Amino acid sequence: MLDFSQNYFELFGLPADFRVDLEEVSLRYRDLQKVVHPDKFASASEQQQRVAMQSATLVNEAYEVLKDSLKRAQYLLSLKGRDAGGENLTTTDGAFLMQQMELREALDETRNAADPLEALDNLLDNIKTAINEQIAKLTILLETSTEEDLDAAMESVYKMQFLKKLYSEAESLEAELEDMI
Amino acid sequence: MALLQIAEPGQSAAPHEHKLAAGIDLGTTNSLIASVRSGEPGTLPDENNHHILPSVVRYLDDAVDVGASARDAAQYDPLNTIVSVKRLIGRDVSELKTLGSQLPYDFVDLEKPVPRIRTVAGDVTAIEVSSEILKVLGKRAEDTLGGELDGVVITVPAYFDDAQRQATKDAAKLAGLNVFRLLNEPTAAAVSYGLDQGADGIHAVYDLGGGTFDISILKLNKGVFEVLSTGGDSALGGDDFDRVVAEWIMSQAGIRDDADHGTLRHLMDLGRSLKEQLTESDSAKVSITHEGSEWSGAITREQFNELVDPFIKKTLQACRRAVRDAGISKEEIKDVVMVGGSTRVPRVRERVGDLFNTEPLINIDPDKVVAMGAAIQANVLAGNDTDGDMLLLDVNPLSLGIETMGGLVEKIIPRNTTIPVARAQEFTTFKDGQSAMAVHVLQGERELVDDCRSLARFELHGIPPMVAGAARIRVTFSIDADGLLNVSAEETTSGVKAQVNVRPSHGLADDEVTEMLRASIDHAEQDVKMRQLREEQVEAQRVIEALKAAMSDDADKLLNETEQQLLLDELQKLIDISGSADIKKIKDGIKALEKASEFYVERRMNNSIQQAMAGHNVDEFK
Ligand SMILES: Nc1ncnc2c1ncn2[C@@H]1O[C@H](COP(=O)(O)OP(=O)(O)OP(=O)(O)O)[C@@H](O)[C@H]1O
Ligand SMILES: [Mg+2]
Repeated sequence: MLDFSQNYFELFGLPADFRVDLEEVSLRYRDLQKVVHPDKFASASEQQQRVAMQSATLVNEAYEVLKDSLKRAQYLLSLKGRDAGGENLTTTDGAFLMQQMELREALDETRNAADPLEALDNLLDNIKTAINEQIAKLTILLETSTEEDLDAAMESVYKMQFLKKLYSEAESLEAELEDMI
Repeated sequence: MALLQIAEPGQSAAPHEHKLAAGIDLGTTNSLIASVRSGEPGTLPDENNHHILPSVVRYLDDAVDVGASARDAAQYDPLNTIVSVKRLIGRDVSELKTLGSQLPYDFVDLEKPVPRIRTVAGDVTAIEVSSEILKVLGKRAEDTLGGELDGVVITVPAYFDDAQRQATKDAAKLAGLNVFRLLNEPTAAAVSYGLDQGADGIHAVYDLGGGTFDISILKLNKGVFEVLSTGGDSALGGDDFDRVVAEWIMSQAGIRDDADHGTLRHLMDLGRSLKEQLTESDSAKVSITHEGSEWSGAITREQFNELVDPFIKKTLQACRRAVRDAGISKEEIKDVVMVGGSTRVPRVRERVGDLFNTEPLINIDPDKVVAMGAAIQANVLAGNDTDGDMLLLDVNPLSLGIETMGGLVEKIIPRNTTIPVARAQEFTTFKDGQSAMAVHVLQGERELVDDCRSLARFELHGIPPMVAGAARIRVTFSIDADGLLNVSAEETTSGVKAQVNVRPSHGLADDEVTEMLRASIDHAEQDVKMRQLREEQVEAQRVIEALKAAMSDDADKLLNETEQQLLLDELQKLIDISGSADIKKIKDGIKALEKASEFYVERRMNNSIQQAMAGHNVDEFK
């Protein structure tokens, strides 16, 4: 196996930071694949092909995590000893619970709007704004490792999970509406 | 012990030889083979200077005819002449039925995963039919290039599922071709275009052929083609246009759909000819004699557009979904490349242009662009393009999941994940002492098992006895660079590797392929043995050369003296037995050397990763 003791940031030669330069991440991703991808070993021995395939798989996995804000936050939390992957997260933030309900209702109502696609567009924008708020929070919270900050980061991750799920539901509805035209 | 020769560091042990490699576009209607010669990709013609081989196979008593002459025979010998076999490959009978009533063949073995077609030459599977096309192309390449092919790249629709890919690979094996890689057709087209124009940025490839439709969104960056998303329909193409036009004629001429096979075939041909005429002109005339009475009429382009619009609409839906999946907006797409003969239809160009708000690109021959891209990739994989920087990063087109309680599917690898990819899922036992469990793997986007495609059922055996819920069985699903699925399983609390029994829901089991291979070589046991021995010797040689080349490259940097000596000793052992006639001995020898050198192969990989990253300036993050 490859050096699996390295975490994804180390594999990419990057500091373990929530803030990443996405251009830089994809540049490094491409440079990594240029040396590990199975296509580079197409006429090599089966063993080399196997190792190449495992390495390319690992690099792909790391890239999936590093380029996605939610996955990156969850991964950083796991490096800091927190399990932010499961369904055990929750929030007591009343304002957010309100917002959660409103967004859900808005999604349910778009079908009946005068111009459903426009309503949906607005909703998608709103969700995006809410996601960006959480990203801004996480950027600050994940700079430290105090228990309070980590607790708050876990809560942010929970909110992001909800928002991202809602976003993809809204997108599915958009696809459905567009297909009907 | 003979002294081993090791070249100077940086100098390769064997002078580089040019390998013979080719790219094959195995199309529904037409197939082509191309190769890179003196740095330029080009399709290879047959002795009559025809580049395109119609994908039609006719079985005769004692011979197989492939190509134009077979196509011409389809009308009077419909049962023995297989057209559009790509629509059948990797599918079972129930699926064939839903593909439409236009299949005139005499199917047998209906209950088996792989149906067979009855012909005068015996019952054949779609895999065997495809292999006949591949054999002709392979031979053409060997004649033109003057030697045995080291390997080929075969293109498949991006939207092909696991069974269809596996079946295509089996067909190649049957044809005696070494497959470097299965490559997605739109990606191949992008390679032809991208390298031609050197255009970095995001591109869409719209590929509508005879039987399949694909849309791919790619990002091109300095030789790296990164597929962002793909979508399509592996049963939608020009054939469908032909069929609706044929149906229009039938309704106009009062021909019932239980007409004989020959008439139906003739109607499809008329449909195609009208369709192709309407690409150039505003209307086209047709006449047909049926049961003694003649009917003649004309169809306008408007009428035709109306007939095919529902199909075009379906393709546009897939386009919008692909754009969404790519996580981009339509405006970010620089251009749309049109591939496949059916993109000649003016209505298709018009609607696609409208959707993407740009004039579609048609400057490379849509018939040849896929084969040429495959040839470029084959050339790279053969190692001929040593200073090239090209790399293709593709995705899996369909989500992969498993059956859970209540007939639902749980997704494990979502669609449009970059391959190769591996994801693990943990299972536990339901009863005390349970020692086996069944897993059902599915592919598709829907939630219900019945709406997805069953890929395989796995049975895990040898789970150590434990109370219910205590076992932790980790099943790893991996998709390799060909887009093919592999499964492994392990009980993690005990470390026992559960044994995985794969039963593909479609497609052939491994021993069936071997059996066909045996039959097709149609010689005695001896020949098969000889072939296996040769393959094993070649692999041994590959292992030896690879290790030699690696050591001459970096042994001094990465290995201490003891390690070097150990590897040299092990290497010599394999060299000594590599000429032996004992298959098992060579096999074991390869295994032993691989085991001994495993640490080194991995150390090298880690080293090249570090070097690749060292090239980047870390300071910029301070
Ligand atoms: N001038 C034309 N006008 C309309 N359709 C055309 C024209 N020329 C070719 N076609 C159609 O293009 C289709 C064949 O295209 P192509 O050769 O790209 O398909 P293929 O590669 O065999 O199929 P696939 O890629 O789906 O496996 C046929 O349906 C044919 O009728
Ligand atoms: Mg094609």
